[in-house]
Amino acid sequence: MAGTALLGRLSERLRWRACTLVEERNETSSARTLVFDVPDWPGHFGGQHVDVRLTAEDGYSAQRSYSIASAEAGGRLELTVQRVAEGEVSPYLIDQLAVGDQIELRGPVGGWFVWQPEQTEPVLLVAGGSGLVPLMAMIRARRAAGSRAPFRLIYSVRSPGDRIYLAELRRLDPGLDTTFLYTREAPDGWPRPAGRLDAEDLARAGWPPDFEPTVYVCGPTGFVEHAADLLVDLGHDAERIRTERFGPSGG
Amino acid sequence: MTVISRGFHRRRPVDEKLPPGQYETRDFPVLSAGPTPRIDLDTWSFDISNESGAKRSWSWAQMMALPYETPVVDLHCVTKWSKFGTRWQGVSLDVLLADVETSADYALVHSYGGYTTNLPLDDLLDGKAWIAYRYDGEDLPPQHGGPARLLVPHLYLWKSAKWVHGIELKLQDEPGFWETAGYNNYGDPWREQRYWGD
Repeated sequence: MAGTALLGRLSERLRWRACTLVEERNETSSARTLVFDVPDWPGHFGGQHVDVRLTAEDGYSAQRSYSIASAEAGGRLELTVQRVAEGEVSPYLIDQLAVGDQIELRGPVGGWFVWQPEQTEPVLLVAGGSGLVPLMAMIRARRAAGSRAPFRLIYSVRSPGDRIYLAELRRLDPGLDTTFLYTREAPDGWPRPAGRLDAEDLARAGWPPDFEPTVYVCGPTGFVEHAADLLVDLGHDAERIRTERFGPSGG
Repeated sequence: MTVISRGFHRRRPVDEKLPPGQYETRDFPVLSAGPTPRIDLDTWSFDISNESGAKRSWSWAQMMALPYETPVVDLHCVTKWSKFGTRWQGVSLDVLLADVETSADYALVHSYGGYTTNLPLDDLLDGKAWIAYRYDGEDLPPQHGGPARLLVPHLYLWKSAKWVHGIELKLQDEPGFWETAGYNNYGDPWREQRYWGD
């Protein structure tokens, strides 16, 4: 690993930093992007995450991990937070945190589920729901670096209204092919009926195994297990499949 | 310096000390996969190696010379017992890991006797884990992992490896002894992650 963003002293990398919310925007009815100004941000790669800490007046604190959504850009960091019903942290971040407010975060964390601009091989991104967030950071990092590595994105969501970053994904990004899959409700006239990701989806919209792509799969645990199993069955080398699972709880 | 979040407050019940499926015990059961190893303090060492193989080592005397903490924590064993308010003395992993150069996300813990267990590196940091060598005011008895064991009270107790010998930092997760044998890879008592698939 060549990048200085990855190789640093843990005590520095995992220091809590007070950062300020400078901008926010809705992605869907349940997901909101928060843009933070982070002093002394050490830099990051697409795919890494941060830990966020909230502290109550009585000293009680709660921490959650959130994937970084943005490419490296001058001390600004974007997180996209999906609302977790009954969650302790995500409803606060979405409903109560306002521009100018501070929270604490630390990171970047993660040295395995990352894409670096030196990589030139084909890349397959497989996203389930808000699992798109770290994969979008890779897409943005590719664009920012002017990389010509061929990317394909397979993005599985329940319904059209659940797609995040839709406007950006619809813009033509040379060398990036995006395929939307719908599991519950497809748009009118959509050629593929709503349903779970299957081997045919991966064969049609992914790369053949002999192209030796690096594959990044991110989403809820069940989705990731299922997708990774299908990829191995299709002949992809398990060592080229990198996964990140969302646990059953969150907040 | 802590940032207080206006309007943020605890939502979980405060008085529920028992994770789901657990019962309280007052004694201290012993569960091990094999015989208790015999360990000579003169040759005892604790090693941390990073992903490129660079290693730091502490002898028993060096470990004893490090600043220690005295955590009082609840323990939760996957076999369903929980024990409240146990008193320990040991060195925080924050102290041992502070100057380690690494981009690893995972730790594989090695014990005398060959036991291993894996956990995310994050779970060893930020005041969450210790190398413990005293229990309830006494040297840690061998059956409880003495002379020193890992103590990670927020995970099921099999992660708190007895007779700890070292930690290998790794870019990729590698299941340990019980994890390979079907126990959950993470082991959060509050999510009742006992076995694979939980």
